Amino acid sequence: MSELAFQILLTLDATLRLATPLIFCALAGLFSERSGIIDISLEGKLLGSAFAAGAVASVTGSVYLGLLAAVGASVSMSLVHGFACITHRGNQIISGLAVNILASGLTVTLGIALFQRGGQTPTLGPDERFQPIELPFADALAHVPLIGVVYDELMSGHKLLVYLAFLAVPLAALALTRTRFGLRLRAVGESPEAVDSAGVSVPWLRYRAVIVAGVLCGIAGAYLSTAHGAGFIREMSAGKGYIALAAMIFGKWQPWPALFACLLFGFLEAASSRLIGVELPIIGEAPTDLMLILPYVMTVVLLAGFFGRAEAPSALGTPYVKEH
Amino acid sequence: MSSAPPLPRWADVGLLPIINLAIALVVSGLVVLAVGEDPHRAIDVMIRGAFFYEGSLGYTLYYTTNFIFTGLAVSVAFHALLFNIGGEGQAYIGGLGAGLVCLALDAVLPGVVLIPLAIAAAAGFGAGWALVPAWLQAYRGSHVVITTIMFNFIAAGVMVSLLAGPLIKPGQSSPTSRRFSGSAEIPDVQEVLGLVGIEVARSPLNLSFALAVAACVFVWLLIWHTRFGYAVRTLGHSPRAAAYAGIRIPRTIIAAMAISGGLAGLMAVNEVLGVQHRLLLNFTAGYGFTGIAVSLMGRNHPIGIVLASLLFGALYQGGSELDLEFQTITRDMLLVIQGLIILFSGALAWMLNPPLARLLASLAHRPREAPA
Repeated sequence: MSELAFQILLTLDATLRLATPLIFCALAGLFSERSGIIDISLEGKLLGSAFAAGAVASVTGSVYLGLLAAVGASVSMSLVHGFACITHRGNQIISGLAVNILASGLTVTLGIALFQRGGQTPTLGPDERFQPIELPFADALAHVPLIGVVYDELMSGHKLLVYLAFLAVPLAALALTRTRFGLRLRAVGESPEAVDSAGVSVPWLRYRAVIVAGVLCGIAGAYLSTAHGAGFIREMSAGKGYIALAAMIFGKWQPWPALFACLLFGFLEAASSRLIGVELPIIGEAPTDLMLILPYVMTVVLLAGFFGRAEAPSALGTPYVKEH
Repeated sequence: MSSAPPLPRWADVGLLPIINLAIALVVSGLVVLAVGEDPHRAIDVMIRGAFFYEGSLGYTLYYTTNFIFTGLAVSVAFHALLFNIGGEGQAYIGGLGAGLVCLALDAVLPGVVLIPLAIAAAAGFGAGWALVPAWLQAYRGSHVVITTIMFNFIAAGVMVSLLAGPLIKPGQSSPTSRRFSGSAEIPDVQEVLGLVGIEVARSPLNLSFALAVAACVFVWLLIWHTRFGYAVRTLGHSPRAAAYAGIRIPRTIIAAMAISGGLAGLMAVNEVLGVQHRLLLNFTAGYGFTGIAVSLMGRNHPIGIVLASLLFGALYQGGSELDLEFQTITRDMLLVIQGLIILFSGALAWMLNPPLARLLASLAHRPREAPA
């Protein structure tokens, strides 16, 4: 196998790892926004749950308790957002912003109080992290040209949560299109009056939607600190929540296109970190800083309607006031 | 829930914001308690750090200057029902404008020409950076919130690649431009007061503060005393009424966003021309986002914004004192306070409105109902 092909394979391998938190967060945003609740607090939930996972895994020594804590933290942040936007009809963007800023401050403040390490958790040991899973026969097939190598390098050897992310996409698609909950959830994002007049509670549906979003963001957070990384570092979400938001919009609020967008954005990140300092033909040194802003540029261009059209759910951002 | 009577204006403007602020501060105090420190001592340290230590008032007013600009920026857009959360990026690019003027011309122009030019560039670049999201909102219907978020990240990427590339000071590795010559420096307040014989302690407070005050007057005149301001407020109250009244909505949106971006860009005047005297990474330090809290607290009115900016200025300066006095609470506590203020005065602004209105109404009626 040539060196170039091997490099490409490694980049794709990194793409899967970098896309995983994006996939969970983008699906989280999708559930929330399809129900009519704007969720710019993906970033804060990701950060808060990464801290919860890292801190609890470090204190208890169990990666699964860490995951549980991450989901708990993220869901409670979702509930704050829901309390403001659903119960009190607050501005959804302001509420999301509050959650993000709170997460930034609280993670470091609590981190310093708990661990006295400037906001970091101690480095996690093997039991406190998710371990790579070798798919069956990966070793045996490693020498088969192409298919075997791809199977061994690209598909095998990821953490549990990576596989879970790729499983979550069809499940989300199925839930949204084939279950009663999913159909109602989409209806409440398009026309809450219709759902209300059918006798279904709009607030309760929306609360369930933001809770689902909380669970998904929590898993993403646990992935950051206990699978991808080895502990929590301050501001470790580093804008990934916003990239996921962009991916969700880029995917036109639909699971499969959102997955594609997450993989694309993950690939850009993976490729830019591999290309640092590399001389390319014609353009010279690779513009890695500019590659990292491509997801945002592409999302703006898509939103402008220059290729395809991204239609948001029609009741997105509008609080529902029940008629008396 | 029965519908509550309307809240009296004095309570809406004065009482409710104070109650919401108080709740945010009490919850912040609980966080301090939870990490095992004494909230009383924390408040004491912050108040002394913000106002009473030598030079601290100057620092407080220096932070206040930043928040006045970014708060005004958010408020102007808000009056047109536009949520500009791109102040951070607009200020960053505004700094680029001011920096480029200084780097290109500081050897040839005297300060009296150079500084106004750089200020104009800061406002112009900030406005320009707001223009694309504004245009997309006005003509393509893309939500300005999402596009301004994206533009914050794009601004950050552009600045990193410029400061690490063409603008980097030759012969160094940290991404910073060369220092501007002295003619590009906005004078410090202590120098100016020194000329007239008043001695004050050293601080980064500079004459940008005067520019901030002027910006308040400008916004007040613009929004409440011009035809354009009337159009902006009409659009903000009811886009349909605005359309019916013949207001050209797309143009109003674009103009309001451009002024908003220009004001955010002026924040860079304080940081780049007043304090740092060079371009560097992340000089905006989240002040653009704080502008949202300032605008919310200040009820989108220049007077309210000045008061809220003073509050946040004091919080920032007092908060940096926390680092020195405490083991476990640092200036990250500021973000907690800020987040809680945004939550209670912004997102949950409607929570206490109906109960407070009912309470006030029942208090007002009680004397008449009481038996004689």
